[in-house]
Amino acid sequence: MLYRESGQFKTSYSADQAIFTIPQDRVLFLLLMLAAFVGVPFVATDYLYTALIIPSLCMALAALGLNILTGYCGQVSLGTGAFMGVGAVAAWNLAFRIPELNLLVVFIIAGLIAAAVGVIFGLPSLRIKGFYLAVATLAAQFFLPWLFVKVGWFTNYNASGVITVPRLELFGWTIDQPVEKYLFTLGIVSLLALAAKNMVRSNPGRQWMAIRDMDIAAEIIGIRPVIAKLSAFAVSSFYIGVAGALYLFVYLGSAEPDGFNINLSFQALFMIIIGGLGSIMGSFLGAFFILLVPIFLTRGLPLIGLDLSTAAIAHTELMVFGALIVFFLIVEPHGLARLWQLAKEKLRTWPFPY
Amino acid sequence: MAFFLEVLIGGLMAGVMYSLVALGFVLIFKASGVFNFAQGAMVLFAGLFFVGFIGLGVPIWLSVILTLVVMVLLAIAIEWLVLRHLVNQPDIILFMATIGVSFFIDGFGQSIWGSGVSQIDIGIPTDPILLLDGEILLQSFDLWAAVVAGALLIALVLFQKTRIGRALRAVADDHQAAQSVGIPLNVIWIIVWSIAGMVALVAGVMWGSKLGMQPAIVGLALKALPVLILGGFTSVPGAIVGGLIVGAGEKLAEVYIGPFFGGGIENWFAYVLALAFLLIRPQGLFGERIIERV
Amino acid sequence: MKSGNWIASVVVGASLVAGAFAASAQEQLIPSMVYRTGPYAPSGTPTADGFHDYITLLNNRDGGLNGVKLKVEECETAYNTERGVECYERLKAMGGTIFSPYSTGITYALIDRAPTDKSVIFSMAYGRASAMVGSIFPWVFNAPVTYWSGASAAIQFFAKEVGGKDKLKGKKIAHVFIDIPYGKEPNPVLQNYADELGFKLELVPVPAPGLEQKSIWLQIRQMRPDFVYLTGWGAMNAVSLKEAAAVNFPREKILGGWYTSQDSDVVGAGPAGKGFRGLTFHSVDRDLEVVKQIKAHVIDKGQASQNGKHLGEVGYMRGVLNAVFTTEALRAAQEKFGNKVMDGEQSRWGFENLNLTEDRLVKLGLKGFIQPIKLSCDNHQGDGKILIIQWEGDKWKTVSDWIAPENQKLMPLYLAGAEQYQREKNIPARSCAKS
Repeated sequence: MLYRESGQFKTSYSADQAIFTIPQDRVLFLLLMLAAFVGVPFVATDYLYTALIIPSLCMALAALGLNILTGYCGQVSLGTGAFMGVGAVAAWNLAFRIPELNLLVVFIIAGLIAAAVGVIFGLPSLRIKGFYLAVATLAAQFFLPWLFVKVGWFTNYNASGVITVPRLELFGWTIDQPVEKYLFTLGIVSLLALAAKNMVRSNPGRQWMAIRDMDIAAEIIGIRPVIAKLSAFAVSSFYIGVAGALYLFVYLGSAEPDGFNINLSFQALFMIIIGGLGSIMGSFLGAFFILLVPIFLTRGLPLIGLDLSTAAIAHTELMVFGALIVFFLIVEPHGLARLWQLAKEKLRTWPFPY
Repeated sequence: MAFFLEVLIGGLMAGVMYSLVALGFVLIFKASGVFNFAQGAMVLFAGLFFVGFIGLGVPIWLSVILTLVVMVLLAIAIEWLVLRHLVNQPDIILFMATIGVSFFIDGFGQSIWGSGVSQIDIGIPTDPILLLDGEILLQSFDLWAAVVAGALLIALVLFQKTRIGRALRAVADDHQAAQSVGIPLNVIWIIVWSIAGMVALVAGVMWGSKLGMQPAIVGLALKALPVLILGGFTSVPGAIVGGLIVGAGEKLAEVYIGPFFGGGIENWFAYVLALAFLLIRPQGLFGERIIERV
Repeated sequence: MKSGNWIASVVVGASLVAGAFAASAQEQLIPSMVYRTGPYAPSGTPTADGFHDYITLLNNRDGGLNGVKLKVEECETAYNTERGVECYERLKAMGGTIFSPYSTGITYALIDRAPTDKSVIFSMAYGRASAMVGSIFPWVFNAPVTYWSGASAAIQFFAKEVGGKDKLKGKKIAHVFIDIPYGKEPNPVLQNYADELGFKLELVPVPAPGLEQKSIWLQIRQMRPDFVYLTGWGAMNAVSLKEAAAVNFPREKILGGWYTSQDSDVVGAGPAGKGFRGLTFHSVDRDLEVVKQIKAHVIDKGQASQNGKHLGEVGYMRGVLNAVFTTEALRAAQEKFGNKVMDGEQSRWGFENLNLTEDRLVKLGLKGFIQPIKLSCDNHQGDGKILIIQWEGDKWKTVSDWIAPENQKLMPLYLAGAEQYQREKNIPARSCAKS
């Protein structure tokens, strides 16, 4: 009834190429952004910001990066944690050594450094693929954190190897309240998500998807796999690097480089599987979902009368994640994003499905 | 020189322990083309049940049998709930599904038996053996591990000559052709996963005796991956040889190269070795040339 | 696929989460950050149990703290910094005021947040050593000892073993440590002692989680150190002892830090652990009055965490001690601010004015458990003392008197560390002259 595109005609190419081709979507999206930027600060508590929303946004950005590589270009990576680490350590060093540098510039350079490292570890993808490549990215996952721990320069020779971020300042705006951190993160993440959305709709995205679907066919129609794959690695690592920098600067505040470990990599992988491989929105849905599950298990279960011990909850969490992964892979490989699409399709004919 | 030999032998022996985990991967990969990330979790799972049964006062031989029953049940459950629904999906989807399986059985095993550390003692001696006037030190436990791995290797090679073993190889070569000559695919998969479960039990008991049975053992799956790449995904002897190379390589690297970098390089050395190997000989030392080159 | 159901359940889940943060005003919430899972679970579980059971004891026996009921709220960190931060935020939102993260990594992450959040970070004998300087770290307490005092006690013990500090000259001491912030913490102090006393210090990092140590111990066999100071954690410790046994390195020459010498560590090692010695900052006496009380008032009533199966173990008693510090600080605060629920500022005051005298300890059923200790505005460590214990194959035995760390020697290091933090962060130091 409300959500129907009949009677709406596109009269120009630009209208046809818009991200949201029908007004309902545009309105919905604008409302969503309005809610995110204006509505959330009215309702969210400090707890929600610091424990759920900010980490979800950071991880969503990392998942988005991984999704570009895995969902769009078909290259599996288990090195997300390490590339986040590259971004975080690079950003910290930039901010620490050149304090006058603008925070945004710091993040951009950190992302570029992560992209460069990503390309280096992406080189094996030119010869191997599938889980062989996954093992190759594991090499990055184990090597890079070790490097950050061993080379004292990265942590300014701090005896315990913990790096602590300086005060966040942007054009004279001191970002220290959770609300401000949230808005700052949301701003960056939205911008990058918009860029990603446009990228996957245009030439590079189509190249990636061609490679994903069948690399030989892609090569025959004139796509150069070297360029396509390495650009996917670069863009993906850029996103992941910026996500890592945000994760350290906005969320953790201080961290040990060793903390960017394989758990983060798995987490990001789970986010895109559950959220939806090859979907920008799926990355966000997946990130929120994965971070909500443990909170739901610890806070929600007692409310419905199930009072498990802390250990049992932690074990249940592992089992739930495992089961969800298998469930989504079997039932809905396109994840939560696909469910959203289905919901929209149902809505088109609602309430008269004929 | 004596020290070099000592490190080399120690490394080879450590490699045998990796091979025990890697063998399970190879079996499943050969028969179903599934890269089973859950093998490490299965090692923990089997070990936890074995120790758990002993803790309940069950004699060792009965614990072994009971644990094997559990592993067969696990294999059936995985086939019914997971594999059956993912037939003809891309390999990478199956791979990710086994990551899910890995998390599930990790949590499941721990929620039954807890996350504590328990001692396994099945009577394997651990005294050091000194050779060459005490210049070289060997660990009797390591020798036993080598014996166990050798026995397992022989058993698996012999098993391949049996009727079921031939069926397994047929399935591995071509699913459709095997089905068309009347080999039941699902049964074969259950058998393979059961055997991998048994191998996991052996690995679990050995690793448990070495480290104490504890949840950290799950992480071993990650160490077995480079072993597979070196040895080839489809070769049982390759898993053993790959393990030996990784073990000896990383120990020698740690001792002789590590100090220049502040130590701790063995965490990633095996991966870098495997990565280099992938670029030169992607099918591994003994593997079949099935890898898709790009 | 019924998409509607899924969306509905997610929404329900979210609203449940949002509704779960109504903290009761009559209860003092006692946050307990634990790790009962993951590679460090064997070390974390007994401590979590001890903490939980002591608080339950106070509730069952005394009706709480001066009439204020205590409520333990556990949160699983899995020794993971990111989850620890989430736990902290959650427990803070529920009304927690005193946090014991049980992880040096998490402690570091929380130190920055503490002043703005008005949360007391009580890192009992772990975390940032220089945080004992109360004028720069008003919100962080690390009584009764730090890893630096531990290193100092270890060196004193080694000196005693060889017959005097001057005899250490030319000796070789290896520090085998897990390569995470916790493991690296003692290095500066050990290095300082090495320079001063003229022994050779070998730093041997073990990559976390430390399951693979064969090459490490082969190297140590080659190195032939006179002593090994072992700073391991969780799964690593048992492996160290087993590998040491495998290369015939005498366990008597290995001295573990206090998180390296818990029951789970030696139990996992089996016979290989016999003779191993370790530090502790509390006694290992299993006949303490408080143990009997917990047995009578908590375990026998079936209210213990995991039925008290770890009762009396080193890790368990450490949890008890942590709970004692926490509740006694609250008690001290109540004396000043009245018998009600304490907020962050008041909890902090309580910690800063904590004074556990001999009498008080006896009254708490902790006779001889720790040495009397008093915290102050500029000393957030107190001057705790350290014991050496030895594993006899089935139980720990105390093999030394209380050793006082050489705090006068460590003080300049503490101050230097704290001042570096102050400079980096550009925060003002408060003056402690008044109180």
